[in-house]
Amino acid sequence: MTYFNRRRFMTGMGALVGALLTAGIMSAPSMAADFPTAKVNTTKLAVTDKTVKVGILHSATGTMAISETGSIQAEKLAIAQINAMGGVLGRKIEVIQEDGASDWPTFAEKSKKLLVNDKVATVFGCWTSASRKAALPVFEKENGLLFYPTFYEGLEQSKNVFYTGQEATQQILAGLDWIAKEKKAKTFYLIGSDYIWPRTSMKIARKHIEQHLGGKVVGEEYIALGDTQFGSVINKIKLKKPDIIYAAVVGGSNVAWFKQLNAAGLNSSKQTMLTISVTEDEVLGIGGENLAGFYSAMKYFQSQKNPSNEKFVAEFKKMWGPKSVIGDVTQAAYLGPWLWKAAVERAGSFDVDKVAAALPGYEFKDAPEGYVKVDANHHLWSKLRIGKWRTDGQADVVFESELIAPDPFPKGYQ
Amino acid sequence: MTGTMSKILGGREGAIGLAVLALLILVILPLSLDLFRLGLVGKYTTYAFVAVSLVLLWGNGGILSLGQGIFFGLGGYLMAMFLKLEASDPISTKIQTTPGIPDFMDWNQLTEIPLFWEPFNSLPLTILAILTIPALFAYIIGFAMFKRRVGGVYFAIITQAIALILSILIVGQQGYTGGVNGITDLKTMLGWDIRNDGAKYVLYYVNALLLIGSILLSRYILSSKFGMLLLAMRDKEERVRFSGYDVSNFKIFIFCVSALISAVGGAMFTLQVGFMSPSFVGIVPSIEMVIFAAVGGRMSLIGAVYGTLLVNFGKTMFSETYPELWLFLMGGLFIAVVMFFPNGLAGVWDKYAKRVGFIRRIMEGKGKADKTSADSNTQGAKA
Repeated sequence: MTYFNRRRFMTGMGALVGALLTAGIMSAPSMAADFPTAKVNTTKLAVTDKTVKVGILHSATGTMAISETGSIQAEKLAIAQINAMGGVLGRKIEVIQEDGASDWPTFAEKSKKLLVNDKVATVFGCWTSASRKAALPVFEKENGLLFYPTFYEGLEQSKNVFYTGQEATQQILAGLDWIAKEKKAKTFYLIGSDYIWPRTSMKIARKHIEQHLGGKVVGEEYIALGDTQFGSVINKIKLKKPDIIYAAVVGGSNVAWFKQLNAAGLNSSKQTMLTISVTEDEVLGIGGENLAGFYSAMKYFQSQKNPSNEKFVAEFKKMWGPKSVIGDVTQAAYLGPWLWKAAVERAGSFDVDKVAAALPGYEFKDAPEGYVKVDANHHLWSKLRIGKWRTDGQADVVFESELIAPDPFPKGYQ
Repeated sequence: MTGTMSKILGGREGAIGLAVLALLILVILPLSLDLFRLGLVGKYTTYAFVAVSLVLLWGNGGILSLGQGIFFGLGGYLMAMFLKLEASDPISTKIQTTPGIPDFMDWNQLTEIPLFWEPFNSLPLTILAILTIPALFAYIIGFAMFKRRVGGVYFAIITQAIALILSILIVGQQGYTGGVNGITDLKTMLGWDIRNDGAKYVLYYVNALLLIGSILLSRYILSSKFGMLLLAMRDKEERVRFSGYDVSNFKIFIFCVSALISAVGGAMFTLQVGFMSPSFVGIVPSIEMVIFAAVGGRMSLIGAVYGTLLVNFGKTMFSETYPELWLFLMGGLFIAVVMFFPNGLAGVWDKYAKRVGFIRRIMEGKGKADKTSADSNTQGAKA
């Protein structure tokens, strides 16, 4: 299988040109003939001489669909781009898409289907922590590979998962430092939806405020998921007059939260707020006018100015329509297929163990968000950015941190 | 076939129906499906417990509970608590701030296992809890409502409200319950790995036998004098009351039995799937389970099992083939069933299949249908 034919050479060259044209993010494409299937696939994955199967597992239906659709789109865009460049080790990527249906047990069932029946080489998927927690034992048991895009609470590290979003400390500490200094803030009011991510985030935030910033937490509230009554919370906030509201309200509650704040007169001219749960996707529902002047702490904003982001945004809109917006998680999902491709090429194999071993240490220099690096703990080194929302639903990036190491089990914050 | 045995088996027709179901679940499916699909069947048959309990309660008792998820969930959670404690030994949780407690407790700043978790260190106590706590809870609900003659739509709404309250409680008290994530990553039962292939088969068969046991128990109840009373209460409650029977006690009893059967299903679910989450407690799953029973035929214990299997297979197949369209297909299926087959699969069977000559001959024993079986056919009301 080491012969070299002209046709393969030409496709290779075509792909190479494509690569240079599209981004220059990748090394020269490799050809399937150089990597015989028997060698690159010793664990009976769905890899042939021409194709490799991967899974996409998000909620296309149910309450989470509105959030997860962006991730599906980003992953499909990345895969289409990779295929246009000649695929991975000369093999085209074929996608098997499954619907998690916003139902956590379904995520476990579909993960098992993808790994056991379809034998996919990797899965890009899950969004909520609950869905990841449900699917994780399946990935560990069947030794599958999962690229997980959402910023999340940390406290987890699995050899079968790469976390392309931020863990909690990456999103929280630098943002609090910035706003405390910028606004000379001393008092903070913490508010979040009632589940594991906001609770863990607020725990970390409280420790940081009290121990490192010398500030004071004057209130901490949790709202049931989906709750839309913020009257009493807003009254308490008015009473306590905190310098900063630090918010992690998610889903449908977000819309009610910002609208009621505005109705109560607490707009950004009277009250400073830093949120860790609002991306461009949420702004679509909340409305830019309700949000203008408030801050979000994320690692990515659609308005970031660098060539690879501008190209990413343009191609995303070309594929999914001019009205589509790109939030933090969507960008993180876009990294998944590229990181996997890089890891497979570094390993020269599709075998999960080899791919997982090859990825740590990899530097993705031209990601839309900028430089990122894969840590040995399977999370990414990334920067934190603070965006100030405009009425048009985009944010101006007003602060960018140094590169932050991922620390899913932060000492002193647990 | 005479006496109790015949009653339980439901006469010749009932016995054949049960034998076919047993053959399908115990022999045909395990031989024809790979382990992944068989695992799915195992999961679906745990829902069938609830569908069977609804045939008792709703089809025969006329009491529509939209909160059977409460009991399924309780059963599942009680089992999950035991498995979680076993999975949380100090060695495998050494990365936590407080090793030796379940991971979600550690994330919620708990430093020791709460008192009400302690009994779940013991398997016998756990099994006892599964068999008593959901039934006891049903007794309390039933006592509070049936004694006050709350029934019909009001009962359905209240059970729905309780299901919602319970799921909010579980989500809210995440330090004690695992919150919206549920209790995940369950590994072993008394050191026996419940995740490997052999264990899957064992659990599948235990589950299938328990299901058949539940059907037999239900048939025994329905074919007894109590079963007759149940039907009578469904059709003319006042008349039964005026005849001197304490209607509420019978209702409470059947509600408790249905809770017990559902809880066993929940516990088997946790064992087979390896986790439990509040998404099985709330309103949506409770209503879904009513749909399973309706599709199968709410008067037919065996139909309920087929209904559950059919709906869930439909769900899995549709969602695999059309990830973005499948909910519409499921909706269409339900509308079609309700419009064209109000008695579900069992109704279709009675109406059409029995007209086919040879099926009728088998069911009736080649025309020499003896009196006993004809009697119990009518008595058991197609049970």
